[in-house]
Amino acid sequence: MAKIEAEVGQPKGGFMKWIDDRFPFTETMKYHATEYYASKNFNFWYVFGVLAMVVLVIQLLTGIFLTMNYKPAAEEAFASVEYIMRDVEWGWLIRYMHSTGASFFFIVVYLHMFRAMLYGSYKKPRELIWIIGMLIFFVLMAEAFAGYLLPWGQMSYWGAQVIISLFGAIPGIGEALVEIIRGDYSISDITLNRFFALHVIALPLALIGLVFVHIVALHEVGSNNPDGIEIKEHKGPDGVPLDGVAFHPYHTSKDLVAIIVFLMVFSFVLFFAPEMGGYFLEYANFEPANIKATPEHIAPVWYFTPFYAILRAVPDKLWGFILFGLSVVLPVFLPWLDRARVKSIRYRGWIYKSALTLFVISFISLGWLGVQPAEGIYVLAARIFAVIYFAFFLLMPYYTTIDKTKPVPDRVV
Amino acid sequence: MSEDDADRIDRNRRHFLTVATAVTGAAGAGVALYPFLASLQPSARAQALGAPVEVPIGSMQPGEMVRVLWRGKLVFVLRRSEAMLERLPEGLDELRDPNSEVADQQPDYAANATRSVKPEYLVVEGSCTHLGCAPLEDFEVRPSENWHGGFFCPCHGSKFDLAGRVFKGVPAPTNLRIPPYRFVRDDLILIGQDTGAA
Amino acid sequence: MNNYLKRIAHYTVATTLAGLLAAPVFAAGGGAELEKADIDPGQIPSLQRGASNFMNYCSGCHSAQYVRFNTIGKHLELSEEQLVDNLMFNAEKTFETIRSAMPAADAERWYGTAPPDLSLMARARGADYIYTFLKSFYVQEESPTGVDNIVMPATSMPHVLWELQGYQRAVFSEHEETDSEGNVSTTVHFEHFEQVSPGTLDAEDYDIFVRDTVNFLAYIAEPIRGERRKIGTWVIMYLIVFFIIALMLKKQIWKDVH
Repeated sequence: MAKIEAEVGQPKGGFMKWIDDRFPFTETMKYHATEYYASKNFNFWYVFGVLAMVVLVIQLLTGIFLTMNYKPAAEEAFASVEYIMRDVEWGWLIRYMHSTGASFFFIVVYLHMFRAMLYGSYKKPRELIWIIGMLIFFVLMAEAFAGYLLPWGQMSYWGAQVIISLFGAIPGIGEALVEIIRGDYSISDITLNRFFALHVIALPLALIGLVFVHIVALHEVGSNNPDGIEIKEHKGPDGVPLDGVAFHPYHTSKDLVAIIVFLMVFSFVLFFAPEMGGYFLEYANFEPANIKATPEHIAPVWYFTPFYAILRAVPDKLWGFILFGLSVVLPVFLPWLDRARVKSIRYRGWIYKSALTLFVISFISLGWLGVQPAEGIYVLAARIFAVIYFAFFLLMPYYTTIDKTKPVPDRVV
Repeated sequence: MSEDDADRIDRNRRHFLTVATAVTGAAGAGVALYPFLASLQPSARAQALGAPVEVPIGSMQPGEMVRVLWRGKLVFVLRRSEAMLERLPEGLDELRDPNSEVADQQPDYAANATRSVKPEYLVVEGSCTHLGCAPLEDFEVRPSENWHGGFFCPCHGSKFDLAGRVFKGVPAPTNLRIPPYRFVRDDLILIGQDTGAA
Repeated sequence: MNNYLKRIAHYTVATTLAGLLAAPVFAAGGGAELEKADIDPGQIPSLQRGASNFMNYCSGCHSAQYVRFNTIGKHLELSEEQLVDNLMFNAEKTFETIRSAMPAADAERWYGTAPPDLSLMARARGADYIYTFLKSFYVQEESPTGVDNIVMPATSMPHVLWELQGYQRAVFSEHEETDSEGNVSTTVHFEHFEQVSPGTLDAEDYDIFVRDTVNFLAYIAEPIRGERRKIGTWVIMYLIVFFIIALMLKKQIWKDVH
């Protein structure tokens, strides 16, 4: 072990020295990789951060190549997507990578966020990492929403119509705001053009910047672990945390295995079920946008459906919008809502465990209800799960205080 | 087996696995890169739009030239007059490549004294071999300037004769390029396709 | 004032939500049950017959504007000559796309709506939908085309395949229902078809004809389907090998961590 570190960490003469005198290359590598120590007991849940990174790279790379062939104009957009799918050599692969990547981005990010809830990763001293992460999530939602308009299919058009109309619920400024978002009196070529600008330039830039800051903040504080113990509190004589192992080569070799497994799942969907039963690519989106006819069934893409179900559960436009917004924003406050003295679920009492279980059930159920018709029993169910969803957050200061926690060991198990 | 030996075996195994992983990963990444690079080449639509073009020449007068587009490139079709053809062999020593020896600049069937299939008709790409500007025709003969008529590039002053052959002492390095073409009938030229496949 | 706002709010929500009845399923019209098309995209002869059916019976009115003849030739193992002789009635070059013989403006005047482009129809509606649709025309005297369709009621499409299928009559049953307020309403259920006049094909051959056509429509909706599955198999095989090597490396590196 010591030998390997010596190989990587040793200052080299010649070229590397020339570089290091001018740019802190070796130092940066040490700080972020070879001498960044993370707990040795990372489990399955700890791979989704790096997987999110992989998907981000896939989206950026395929996005650049799609931009080379896509036309952001109402008259040409739909045809240009089919042009990519049929006429551009390998265009279909690039497009499917991008569309599959969009869904997998959310799968991976939701699981990444769930990991933080399992092991209290948002708690002190990692509040800022969590907040930056939530900002990433918001930008990602905007990015996905803007991107979904671009194919200019029926779902693109009517989905955007509904979501943009939401902002009309804001009293006073609503209608004006909606017009400013669209840049027109209805969703049009102008809207498409500006969504394209947001999707390929503004939001990706913001995303990359936030991801960078997210990682800088993480490496400043150090990674949490499934026991919720600060490994920095127990260092060996060499200053290395006793329970930590270097990010490189230990976690990199582990992450590589995770990335390959992820790519298998990703490839399976991409090559054998790119539509994923109408969830990743909605069937109605294979028809060009028709301003004169709403499709019979419209639903947002699956990753928005939990929040969408909350919106629909409220029989009032303004309150629907407020609760919808609240459901998206509430998790930001988790670091302060959670009063428990322990981080990890391993040392929490039955109350939090039940609450988290109920939360997961309600989140998934809301997601499912979001694609069902808004009628009868479905609306009732959506209301019940929406109440549970909000209760999880709003009652958290109370139930995490009374919950009986177990003693946390000094060292990771 | 001593502890040192075990350590050495371990290190060898680790080295081997590191290399194996790197090679496998790099191979995969390399193959994954291929579709991206391949997507940059002309698409099926570009190929369709770049299909051969037909040029009717039945009504062309001697000395007349038409401009057509093939694959978005300018192509000159010039019906050379008797006089023009007679002047072609003059002043060959002022030309850089009078015998069309640079193979890439014309199909084999046009590597002759007139750089054409039929001497009367010159089919040549209207793109200066210097930096791609479109040369202008200047068919007027001016003995005082030692000019037999030909093409003149306005960008950097390259000069070509009536067979698209480049003069010495100008920036353009080679003769104007002759595209593949064939005579479908006596009065119809197909640019972009030679004999053979339909 | 409050009541007024409330009404507006309710109205807005109601109209918004009405448009949002959600389910990512194929939009099946008329609530008719769809028959399984049971197509086999690997059957080249079926696709070839489908291509010929399409060009003979569909392309008069419908385009497939994203589909090039040479792509069809490549995937359906047809030579350039076969393409020109059997499929390209309305095109000169193999790189051209499938255009309909009828100008869209005329079509709109004649049928009220322009016949939709069929490039992606099978992906948008599903093979089963088109299969059932093409089998569900029935005689309806009041309709301008003389027929209607169970799957898409009030369709403006005539029964183009009548010579093959012949004409059939639809048998409906009526049910009277009384709701809680005592209003009687009648609902009509489709029961089955009865052959009125025979076509040149018997029922079984007509099914094959429609199946081949739908197979071809499914093919043009995503011509690279076969290719992507082939490539996918290789990609996953590669990843399995890479996984084994990477896992061995990971185990080796983690050996000294306890």
